[in-house]
Amino acid sequence: MTYADGTEDYINASWGWRSWLLTHDHKRIALLYLISITLFFFVGGFFALLIRLELLTPAGDLVQAETYNKLFTMHGLIMIFFFLIPSIPSVLGNFLIPLMIGARDLAFPRLNLLSWYIYIVGGVFTLAAVVTGGVDTGWTFYTPYSSTYANSNVILTALGVFITGFSSILTGLNFIVTIHKMRAPGLSWFRLPLFVWAHYATSLIMVLGTPVLAISITLILLERAFHIPIFDPKLGGDPLLFQHLFWFYSHPAVYIMILPGMGVVSEIITCYSRKKIYGYSFVAISSLAIAVLGFLVWGHHMFVSGQSPFAGMVFSMLSFLVAIPSGIKVFNWTATLYKGSISFDAPMLYALGFIGLFTIGGLTGLFLATLAIDVHVHDTYFVIAHFHYIMVGGAVMAYFGGIHFWWPKITGRLYPEVWARIAALIVFIGFNLTFFPQFLLGYLGMPRRYHAYPEEFQVWNVMSTAGASILGLGYLIPIIYLLWSLRYGRVATANPWNAMGLEWETPSPPPETNFAATPIVKEEAYSYDIHT
Amino acid sequence: MTSIPESGPASVHASHGVHDHQFDDAAQQQEAATLRMWLFLATEVLFFGGLFTGYTVYRSAYPNAFGEASRHLDIVLGTVNTGVLLLSSFSMAMAVQSAQLGKRWRLLGFLTSTAVLGAVFLAIKFTEYVHKFHEHLVPGLQFAFAGPESPHAQLFFSFYFAMTGLHALHMIIGIVMLVVLMVLTLANAFGPEYHTPIETIGLYWHFVDIVWVFLFPLLYLVSR
Amino acid sequence: MSNTIVSTRTYVATFVLLLVLLALTIAAAYIPLGRFNWVAAMTISAAKTALIASCFMHLRSSHRLVWIAACAGCFWLALLMVLSLTDFWTRGWLLP
Repeated sequence: MTYADGTEDYINASWGWRSWLLTHDHKRIALLYLISITLFFFVGGFFALLIRLELLTPAGDLVQAETYNKLFTMHGLIMIFFFLIPSIPSVLGNFLIPLMIGARDLAFPRLNLLSWYIYIVGGVFTLAAVVTGGVDTGWTFYTPYSSTYANSNVILTALGVFITGFSSILTGLNFIVTIHKMRAPGLSWFRLPLFVWAHYATSLIMVLGTPVLAISITLILLERAFHIPIFDPKLGGDPLLFQHLFWFYSHPAVYIMILPGMGVVSEIITCYSRKKIYGYSFVAISSLAIAVLGFLVWGHHMFVSGQSPFAGMVFSMLSFLVAIPSGIKVFNWTATLYKGSISFDAPMLYALGFIGLFTIGGLTGLFLATLAIDVHVHDTYFVIAHFHYIMVGGAVMAYFGGIHFWWPKITGRLYPEVWARIAALIVFIGFNLTFFPQFLLGYLGMPRRYHAYPEEFQVWNVMSTAGASILGLGYLIPIIYLLWSLRYGRVATANPWNAMGLEWETPSPPPETNFAATPIVKEEAYSYDIHT
Repeated sequence: MTSIPESGPASVHASHGVHDHQFDDAAQQQEAATLRMWLFLATEVLFFGGLFTGYTVYRSAYPNAFGEASRHLDIVLGTVNTGVLLLSSFSMAMAVQSAQLGKRWRLLGFLTSTAVLGAVFLAIKFTEYVHKFHEHLVPGLQFAFAGPESPHAQLFFSFYFAMTGLHALHMIIGIVMLVVLMVLTLANAFGPEYHTPIETIGLYWHFVDIVWVFLFPLLYLVSR
Repeated sequence: MSNTIVSTRTYVATFVLLLVLLALTIAAAYIPLGRFNWVAAMTISAAKTALIASCFMHLRSSHRLVWIAACAGCFWLALLMVLSLTDFWTRGWLLP
């Protein structure tokens, strides 16, 4: 849109593919990410569809076992590394963090663009691996299968993941420096939106954890490509060394995937309760606590791997600890809702769904952290249900909630509210129908990563597949109306939701440099009490 | 440390240096660049650290094999190389000082000597690698170790090549960056008011030196 | 990074000290200390690191935030090593 003074917003400020592909503007880079991660979401979803189709019947009759191994591997790899990890930080974080702190851009705009290109190159490597035969090691790349015995595109895939890791690291670096150095006058740490705290904590994990993933992949590559023994048991190597290095990153990675979502939920809950967040500093510090404690628990993925029982007990106790800050957040969100003036707009439906589903996912994590229970449910559908409740019921719902909440700011258009609420409900119903039966399946003993199963499990599998098709529909509807809104949606004002936050004090969409003049912050965050 | 500027609302005021538009002044930009490099070095600590962890696991499991294998490394060349790198760090620190003082030719000289010393290190390393190849001590290339500790000794050499190889790769990148700095120095890009790349690449160089300071005793001095 | 300029003399002194520590590292390697050779070597390496970081890398005159970044990397590596070793060093402690 053209503003009153004749200048253009960031979308119309310049034209041509070069102005987009060579942009330094964090808002345009966010959109580049939005398009690419949506494409990867479809690819990952396609593999999920094939998995659920195979599991409609007990016999392995749709695909062969080797092919099925590739399906769940590629579903996991693409969803984790190319959708979930970048989703909220690279789209919403990139777009909003400078706006929320009153800055003109991130600290390092060109590094930001480089992050996107690195992500794309890594994605191309991985997609190349997918289309030239796929990879079947499981997204966890356990050795010595991945480093010695597998016959699939391990090297190509590992390179793709390795490369994409740098995208993560650079984004984290950028966010940390930006948040430390570029806050507007008056914006002290404890006045920051919780979205910013969440992304700061996420960035710490990205920076400290991802390099260890990089080295674990490097070691696989050395062993596989150059036959340099590292994990080979015949030479005294220990496959568990790989698992320790891998999970040192991959457990904190799940907090990379959920913390930004928690930040989104904090923003949405306060706005649609018209209320200050309950216990601001507790919620802020709990993000840091999750980031730190999340690095101490990785061994809970290895309880039955041959890890020493002593280490198992240590990791089990630490895993109970990490649940506490998450619990604090859930209590504080609930307390924020209490006596709030609540409206059930679409973003709020997603946020409320998050709170319920994340709680279920998180509690089932405690069952898994209990050594005695995990012995029975490890590598069953109980684990799959647990992490999908958090990743899909939590992170993806938060992502959709955030996309809706900030859609007017990003695009200058409003989405159709009725359709949005319908879609949110379809997602909620479809999600629970897909994944709740999987808790039962796991408890009853159905192992994960198998394309065939005993007859008595079929009814739950059919329910799950039916739920998956409903869930898919629920995801498709927003894509359609969000695209529709770009042309036909009502034009949005600067602050259509009357929300608090610096990002709402600039036009929708914002100008290239975000603010006409650097704002000065004089009040606490979420001052809904003052401004009702 | 906050970013609140000392005088009123942040605005582009006349500062003694050019700065990118997203920053308020040159000082903020320099602080950001320095923090960025230190954070990056933290990631490098963890990247190398994974290898150090694996090394620790295997050395504590097979101390005799690692001791035996370590004695096959040339302690003289290793010591010389350590001295070379320490000297290069000194040279790099002097380069930063020269930049701070605006002494362009001294800066160029010290950048050059740092790069040359780095190249000397790599040449010595390469010589050691060639020796190892001839002694059949390169895992994956007809590895043959005489003695009872043979299979576990190969693990030592796996880590020797992985750790020194990764270190050498970082040295090569460092030397390339030094050459770029030398070219920029010739083009008069640096002065007392702006020499941030010299400082930040200096930090990188010193870090690579620190990695070697740990690698040397762990690989060469296991059991003498 | 601060703008304090360190004197040539300080740099030279640091370098000489580093060479002394290098000599010490070698000497200590030839003294049979059994399992403590490793401890001695790592302690001397840590001392060298402290010298390089505080003097050459100007950590001494840097902002607290830079100190935190430097320490965080080392601390996180310590976490990785210590917790991993709780597995490897306790295998066989508790039998089923």
